[in-house]
Amino acid sequence: MLKRLRENKSAQGTLLASPTMLWMIGLLIIPLLLTLVVSFGQRSPDGDVIYSFSLDNYIRLFGYSTDCDNGQASCFDPLYLQILWRSLSLAFNTTVLVILLAYPLAYFIARAHPLRRNTFLFMVLIPLWTNFVIRVYAWMMLLRTQGVINLGLGWLAGLFNIPFTPLEMLYTPGAVLVGMVYEFLPFMILPIYTSLEKIDNSLYEAAADLGANGLKTFARVTLPLSMPGVVAGTILVFIPVMGTFIVSDILGGRQVILVGNLIQRQFLDARDPTFGSAASLILMIMTLIVTYFYTRKFGFGEEIVVA
Amino acid sequence: MAHEFAVEMQDVVKKFITPEGNELNAVDHVTMQIKNGEFFSMLGSSGCGKTTSLRMIAGFEWPTEGEVYIEGKAMGHTPPFQRKVNTVFQSYALFQHMTVYQNIAFGLEMEGAQKDEIDKRVKHVLEMVQLTGMERRKPKQLSGGQQQRIAVARALVKVPDVLLLDEPLGALDLKLRKDMQLELKALQQQLGITFVYVTHDQEEAMTMSDRIAVMSKGKVQQLGAPVEIYERPANKFVADFIGDSNFFEGRIKSLSKEEAVVFIPDLNAEVTGIPVSQGLVNGEEITVSIRPEKVLISEKPMNQNTFKGKVTNTVYIGTDTHVYVDLMGKRLKVFEQNRISRLDPGSFYTVGQDVTLVMMPENVLVLKKE
Repeated sequence: MLKRLRENKSAQGTLLASPTMLWMIGLLIIPLLLTLVVSFGQRSPDGDVIYSFSLDNYIRLFGYSTDCDNGQASCFDPLYLQILWRSLSLAFNTTVLVILLAYPLAYFIARAHPLRRNTFLFMVLIPLWTNFVIRVYAWMMLLRTQGVINLGLGWLAGLFNIPFTPLEMLYTPGAVLVGMVYEFLPFMILPIYTSLEKIDNSLYEAAADLGANGLKTFARVTLPLSMPGVVAGTILVFIPVMGTFIVSDILGGRQVILVGNLIQRQFLDARDPTFGSAASLILMIMTLIVTYFYTRKFGFGEEIVVA
Repeated sequence: MAHEFAVEMQDVVKKFITPEGNELNAVDHVTMQIKNGEFFSMLGSSGCGKTTSLRMIAGFEWPTEGEVYIEGKAMGHTPPFQRKVNTVFQSYALFQHMTVYQNIAFGLEMEGAQKDEIDKRVKHVLEMVQLTGMERRKPKQLSGGQQQRIAVARALVKVPDVLLLDEPLGALDLKLRKDMQLELKALQQQLGITFVYVTHDQEEAMTMSDRIAVMSKGKVQQLGAPVEIYERPANKFVADFIGDSNFFEGRIKSLSKEEAVVFIPDLNAEVTGIPVSQGLVNGEEITVSIRPEKVLISEKPMNQNTFKGKVTNTVYIGTDTHVYVDLMGKRLKVFEQNRISRLDPGSFYTVGQDVTLVMMPENVLVLKKE
């Protein structure tokens, strides 16, 4: 028995993969199927699920409303579409900002002296040792009306005798964007660093040798060779930003509602798991579509492992 | 008009700081002139300063002191992309994200060449390295030898004044390396471009070069044609590094205009009739050297420069037999070519056999002590 297993490579593979497979089936595939089933159901008046096959939840998500101001039986209400669009554009903006901030830093670390690189990487990772929620709360301390930033600005204004009214920064889309960028920056720095660090120095020299100045070398050699890192980082940042609700909950208050908040409230406050399930699936499909087109254009970042 | 010297290094020093914080002269007051159109090699073991010298010509490093001239122009801190030299890297440094065509076209695009001009020149250079039809492959899909040719093609397509090659054949297996040596040499002769070649392989340097600079500890030990370096090594280091040598400590016993007599205390014997090199003084302590293949094993003793010894070991290596002879406690290597078959045991020297060695005076070298 043991001897036969030793010779059978494919059985070994199956055996090694089976714990994860079971885990994924039990905690991903089955719940996902349940979500799908629930999303077609209807909410009973006391908050239970009535199993049926109805597309009402999806129709409602895409703007069909029975709660109209002008007395009509039905009308178009873009509320949920706006939430979906807000999530998508916030995820996009966050990702772009994170790339712009992370790339130069990753480049700097990758080109630093090998002995210092670990120190810099360590500094990048330190914030991750603090709880996610606590870090978001820290931003609240910074951004609120009586927060550190306003106090500092007020003190500065006082020095020059300029009248100062504290800025309203908390509970704005900007606050949510800042919080998201801060939270997900390390997840972009690390993969970009990894792919930049792999570029052999002789390639930069070869480019210079063949007549490319610094800018051309970057555009033609450095950037293309580090794209796998950018792609991997984008996947690591874009997908969670699409779904997370904590940052917008704490820094956006009632002002910035994202799909994540919508789903959370459907399950916990509105007690409508059918609508929450439908929103979850739409979120997932949206993320998949964006990721699909993105990776089809730029690859899956697999070279980061291969190269 | 091309300058007489493609490259000149004028008293160049390159200092590095070692990880321990010490200052190290990787290149230590090197002066050399590389003629236009020649195949020039820098030969030495690792850390001798050959690669650093090459990198200073390419512009990847700048001299701490001294000056590098290319085609008569002082380079100063001119960056690599403004020098008319191109490099073939030891690792090839091919751009993995580009095709073969794009790799070769890269340098021409940087010059701002027109599309059809690029096309023509890429095609031409691919023909030259015999890789026509590989345009659309990625470097990873090529063998080591093919990648090496692409690296050469990518540098040559720019028609540089000087082509710098940093151990370009190091990663290839022996057979392929020998083929590529001849191919590179043929290419150089056909194009007439100055090649500066860095290698630690003396046979490679000998095979290809018009002139060789033997380097050690950041200094040029000897600069000359392969035959000069082998037959008239400038010092003990060169005699030892290039090929094999037997060394004895000796003293000049008498000196005439043409000839010297050297006394070798270890053998308690004299070698007479040695051609005199310059700068020797009567009574000077010197090192005597003779190549193993230039020691003759003789049946009948001659009057002069004859030494009696005992065979301690023989090694058959195909083309030669290496005979180790004990001369009054000193071990001497003798290489004898296998002009006849050694299948018959009688044709071999046996261990313990008494032999007479002859050193022809013209083959004995007198080297100054450092």
